[in-house]
Amino acid sequence: MTASTTARTRRRRGAGIAIAVLVAAFAWMVFGGLDKNVVFFLTPAELAAKGNDGYEVPVRLGGQVKPGTIKWDDRTRDLRFAVTDGSGEILVHSTGAPPQMFRDGMGVVVEGKYGRDGVFRSSSLMVKHSNEYRAPKAGERPQDMYKTLMQGGKT
Amino acid sequence: MTRLIGLDALWLSLAVSLFGVLLVPAAIIRRRPEWLAWTRSAVYTNFALLTLAAGAMVYGLVAHDFSISYVAQVGSRATPLLFTVISLWGALEGSILFWAWVLAFYAAAVLWVNRDREGTLVPYASAVILAVAVFFGILLVGPANPFHLVSPVPPDGPGPNPLLQNHILMAVHPPLLYLGYVGLTVPFAFAVAAMLNGEVLQDHWVVLARRWTLVAWALLSAAIIAGMWWSYEVLGWGGYWAWDPVENASFMPWLTATAYLHSVMVQERRGLLRLWTLNLVVATFVLTILGTFLTRSGIVSSVHAFTQGTIGWYFLAFIGVVLVAALVLVAGNSDRLKSEGQLGGVISRDTVFLLNNLLLTAFTFTVLVGTLFPLVAEAARGVKVSVGEPFFNRMTLPICVALLFLMGVGPALPWRGVSNDEARSRLLPPAVGAALALVIALMSGVRMPYALLAWVSAGYAIAAVLREYQRGVGGRMRARGERWLVALVRLVRGNRRRYGGFLSHIGVFVVALAIATSSALRREHEQTLRPGESMSLAGFEIRLDKVSGREEPQRAVIGAAVTILRGGAVLRRMEPRMNFYPTQQSPVPTPDVRSTPAGDLYLTLMAFRPDGTTATIKAIHEPLVPWIWIGGMIVILGALVALWPTPARATEAAA
Repeated sequence: MTASTTARTRRRRGAGIAIAVLVAAFAWMVFGGLDKNVVFFLTPAELAAKGNDGYEVPVRLGGQVKPGTIKWDDRTRDLRFAVTDGSGEILVHSTGAPPQMFRDGMGVVVEGKYGRDGVFRSSSLMVKHSNEYRAPKAGERPQDMYKTLMQGGKT
Repeated sequence: MTRLIGLDALWLSLAVSLFGVLLVPAAIIRRRPEWLAWTRSAVYTNFALLTLAAGAMVYGLVAHDFSISYVAQVGSRATPLLFTVISLWGALEGSILFWAWVLAFYAAAVLWVNRDREGTLVPYASAVILAVAVFFGILLVGPANPFHLVSPVPPDGPGPNPLLQNHILMAVHPPLLYLGYVGLTVPFAFAVAAMLNGEVLQDHWVVLARRWTLVAWALLSAAIIAGMWWSYEVLGWGGYWAWDPVENASFMPWLTATAYLHSVMVQERRGLLRLWTLNLVVATFVLTILGTFLTRSGIVSSVHAFTQGTIGWYFLAFIGVVLVAALVLVAGNSDRLKSEGQLGGVISRDTVFLLNNLLLTAFTFTVLVGTLFPLVAEAARGVKVSVGEPFFNRMTLPICVALLFLMGVGPALPWRGVSNDEARSRLLPPAVGAALALVIALMSGVRMPYALLAWVSAGYAIAAVLREYQRGVGGRMRARGERWLVALVRLVRGNRRRYGGFLSHIGVFVVALAIATSSALRREHEQTLRPGESMSLAGFEIRLDKVSGREEPQRAVIGAAVTILRGGAVLRRMEPRMNFYPTQQSPVPTPDVRSTPAGDLYLTLMAFRPDGTTATIKAIHEPLVPWIWIGGMIVILGALVALWPTPARATEAAA
């Protein structure tokens, strides 16, 4: 083996080690970043069961809007309702108008943090709609629900 | 009748593809190379049969033949004709059929373009494409069969997913995506063919694969931009990218294909990175199949993944087969693939390309981990988690900035390396562009650190690329006395690949600056208004005039008539709407966007009182957003310049 090939092999080995270190460091960064940025998807009962660990961490809370709990204040833009999964329920507070056709019993996913005061402060509210075809019931068709608007005619 | 024609065509297509694939080992074992001619016939026949099947489906959709299961699933008499036709790719089965057709088209096109080429490379490559076609053929007669009989025949169907019939871009984005995605099978096929017939060290397959990759890459780029645009125009949140698994699925092969397009240059110019380049080709193909699996198996629920099914296992098995086969082939060829030379000095284009490839790979890895982690967590630990935007942004923004900066350094440096003085004289002048960009960004009010870094890096890179054009044009003007426009045209014509590539880079800078600026300077305001009241945002006065509705054949529409004023003068009228489709419980928001080169005013109707006395409007002001779409078009234009056949190359190919 000549001197130049030894130098070359050594250089190669050095480069290989450098790349391995880089890859390891990067993988460590990625998985470390994951740890801090994973958002758990929980039901109200699961969130309540977490106890102290459930407070003030980002969570996606999914369930149904408990009938009769929706309170919307036009002036302060506060929306309050309870999300339930049948066994547990959690009060949710969000700001901004509720989505159109937001109503009792509807599936929702709210993203935010559960405060120690027992109120879940939501930063985003998504309505879960099923994609299954279902013929609209009488009175559910928008043409019927917004009859007065429809009479406004073509614009 | 239509149903039976389609179904028979699918079965025949599967048989023909299988025959075409099996001929290759038969011809090798029996030493009958003339049998390979039959593979050629199989490719063309397969294309004809799948065209027949897809044609039958389109005919069934248009004729509202609800005895066909797919038509009964997505068709509706009330849907306008255009959206009826494009619902071919609106749900699982139809999109697999469309995919198979595109694949058959590529197989035929590859054969046709290379019909005069001797040797086994092209027949082998066609057979590899046919092998992929066999997989999709099995899906089509099995779990994704679109031609089941529905009995009794329903009188009408639910129509396509409302999100897919709400905007014209849905006629553009999916076909582009499939053309790009499926097109990436072609370089994979050439790579496998070259490994099979031992030509992996010769450069024919590299040249062939590179051009097809560029075609597919340009189409995929267009598809990603069109998808962002669709999401922006339709989903009503005023954004264009959310690191949604389905977006990631389209983005990962784009990243690896981009890495490949660069590493292949190192391979061609310097004889290096052969093994690496080959791996990138394989990874890109596997990522396209993985992407289809993610989007089409219903494994992630997101806005795109509207289909549920059991075909996930087929995909997983196929991915496994491809990975094992590719690994065996690559390992078997790895001795031959040792690099010939050595990378150049530290300050050289070689180094920049190597870094570019490392960064793009790291980028892909990050996106892959973030996309798959929730699936793994759910499968392994039974917990439902999501990986949010903060993860992706924190991990990828530094990579993006570094890539932008390298896009300025690379073109300025020669291959192999330069002396330190030479490097200084090449690398320092573009810093003026960086300083200028910083001043512009600060004066426009950009304060977000990453946005500023993006401006600085892109400013540097734009200056470096423009300097390359200027050096070339100036050289010609001095040496040959040409006027600058003539010199520019001839310069580009003389090296389309280089200057087309630079043009694509300029497109990327435009996109990057538009994204950085629009996210840094985004302003939004939401308010509930009565008719006659107004709110203000970014100097615009937004006045609600009236809430009213109308009925259209396939939907009901509630709109808020809004007038935009500035300084008391009426600028224009807008109408954010909500579309109510009979099949969907929730309305589909339909934002209205007023675009100017400086930016967009984006209005969404969030809610309204049923009696029309109030409407809640969300207004978003986003500077420079239209430049994302324009930049995307520049990227594609650059690819077209690079692809345009030069007369010399055309004769060479024909010879």
